[in-house]
Amino acid sequence: MRFLLDDEQQAFARSLDGMLAAAGTPAVVRAWAAGDTAPGRDVWARLAEAGVFALAVPEQHDGLGPLPVELTVAFTEMGRHAVPGPVVETVAVAAFLDRLGDDAAAAAWLPGIASGKTAASLCLLSDDSPYALDAHAADAVFVVDGDAVRLAGAAGPVQPSVDPARRLARPLGGTVLARGPEVAAAAAHAADVAALATAAQALGLGRTLLARTVEYARQRTQFGVAIGSFQAVKHRLADTLIALEFAQPLIQAAAVVLAAEDPASGREIAAAKVAACEAACAAARTALQVHGALGYTEELDLSLWIRKARALRSAWGTPAACRARVLAP
Amino acid sequence: MDLDFTAEEEAFRAEARAWLATRVPAAPLPSLETAEGFAAHREWERTLSADRWSVVSWPEKYGGRGASVLEWLIFEEEYYAAGAPGRVSQNGINLLAPTLLEHGTAEQLARILPPMASGEVIWAQAWSEPESGSDLASLRSTAVRADGGWLLSGQKAWSSRAAFADRAFGLFRSDPGADKPHRGLTYVMFPLDADGVTVRPIGRLDGKPAFAELFLDNVFVPDEDVIGEPGQGWRVAMSTAGNERGLTLRSPGRFTAAADRLVALWRSGADPGDTALRDRVADAVVGARAYRLFTYAGASRIAAGGAIGAESSLNKVFWSELDIALHETALDLLGPYGELSDTAGEAPAHGSWAEGYTFSLAGPIYAGTNEIQRDIIAERLLGLPKGRR
Repeated sequence: MRFLLDDEQQAFARSLDGMLAAAGTPAVVRAWAAGDTAPGRDVWARLAEAGVFALAVPEQHDGLGPLPVELTVAFTEMGRHAVPGPVVETVAVAAFLDRLGDDAAAAAWLPGIASGKTAASLCLLSDDSPYALDAHAADAVFVVDGDAVRLAGAAGPVQPSVDPARRLARPLGGTVLARGPEVAAAAAHAADVAALATAAQALGLGRTLLARTVEYARQRTQFGVAIGSFQAVKHRLADTLIALEFAQPLIQAAAVVLAAEDPASGREIAAAKVAACEAACAAARTALQVHGALGYTEELDLSLWIRKARALRSAWGTPAACRARVLAP
Repeated sequence: MDLDFTAEEEAFRAEARAWLATRVPAAPLPSLETAEGFAAHREWERTLSADRWSVVSWPEKYGGRGASVLEWLIFEEEYYAAGAPGRVSQNGINLLAPTLLEHGTAEQLARILPPMASGEVIWAQAWSEPESGSDLASLRSTAVRADGGWLLSGQKAWSSRAAFADRAFGLFRSDPGADKPHRGLTYVMFPLDADGVTVRPIGRLDGKPAFAELFLDNVFVPDEDVIGEPGQGWRVAMSTAGNERGLTLRSPGRFTAAADRLVALWRSGADPGDTALRDRVADAVVGARAYRLFTYAGASRIAAGGAIGAESSLNKVFWSELDIALHETALDLLGPYGELSDTAGEAPAHGSWAEGYTFSLAGPIYAGTNEIQRDIIAERLLGLPKGRR
């Protein structure tokens, strides 16, 4: 057993971290929220160049994958920098098409996903999820409804999320792409991949929320000393770190199990999702509290992370659904 | 990155499982915090050691199997999954032995470890004092130089297992003139039946004498019962504090086994519509799983040449809070039977949930309170400034 990222995986994480830090994602997120997706697509292209989307695409369609462990590494870094756009949904669509067994559909879409040309969204109506994320900005919106999958023709009005970068809309109309029991099986697999990627994203968000808050607590002085020297603040930050540290191995193990196509992977992914999203939400609450009134402002970039943490909690598996699945026989 | 075991590790697991399947007592032993239970648990240690299962990670010459950290984790998983008894020798095995293996002389190792492995000598800890708990370095008990050894005097408190144990280990102030409180301390081992030692058992929350107060009045200990250099006791004790809080004090196997039993209890009759209770059961499962995986990552780091340092404080807080939450959930699942003492004839599961709950309540207090652990996490892992405690 070597339950650690190898040197190459760690280097991959560092290079994505460096690239995304240089990209100045807060401005990209604000532009995306305002409907200007060009800077976001520029970041998208750079992520694709680094091989991120290819990790979800099999080799025969110009990809490198599927490589779930590397995908979780990439999504942790994307979460760390609050990257906007349907990144989770795009890799979920790749997983869906990879599993569907429809060669024509796979050949039509997967190479574009791998290269970064195609940003896709996914809506699993059968899972009671009415919205597609960023339907207006995606190149294709896949909708699974019962045993049929269709490409949406249009989208309803945008329903703003608490995370301004998440633009939700109901997918409308469209043409049926495939029908049959394999659609539901592929959709279930896509939902697993989406839940795992969301968990990794939440972990990254939480890491940034904690790091920024620690930095602030070291600098902000009250009563003549840094507020980070007070036990009430310290202990809250320590608890935030504990929750994140224990969520991380759940995510990594779920990726290992998913890579091995272990039938238990659904339970493992659900455990990772609930632990990571709860840790990220707790980190957001801590960040808000320790920053005080400053943390309650929209203009502070931290607000982008705080609000995304809340949104991801219910995306691709609510806490209750995840906990039920952990105990599923 | 993988979670695979080698063929040798799987064989080790199978051997442990097979042995435990035939040896674990069918009914739980009486609580080890009673005279009768202590004796029964001592006998169980002898049974374990007869086939070299009491201290698997120790070198073979002292009664172990030279097992790797991962093999030790495997053993612990099998041990608790089999419902085997609690370890009455844990103070010696988990706290004293790592210190001896790092700082002890060859003579000390050969003299002390084998009878510890067999349960012939059971050890109590003697760290805290009435005025020195979290601020352990302020301790006042003294060691005064005598011909060929030291004379110990003072009072120790909250000495786990001391009501029935044979010997104890702890820190004593040997140089009252040292410039800092944690300097001038000496790490000493002494018999609990020596002249000048008075043991006053203390009932824990449920009345069982799980710990004791020790009064020492000029108790002579020979030089060979000092570990490390006189005056260096703090450094000697703290060098293995990472062990205590880290990998070796509470193995994940305890919690994964307890979580499995909790799920079985929940499935056996809980109201499926009570989602609040269901969520708490799920959280216990997730927590136990997370702790196991976190420990595997730590074991992998050690195998790759790394070390466990202040990270062990993350472990301590996590497992101690998980343990309480898990047992509280079990007691809630038991409904009207949840309030029964472990001694009640009708206590579910032979009182093991009630006993486990009482035991779990001490977790956030011993081995460095969780408040101290959070200070360590904040200062050493997050880099926050020191402040007033």
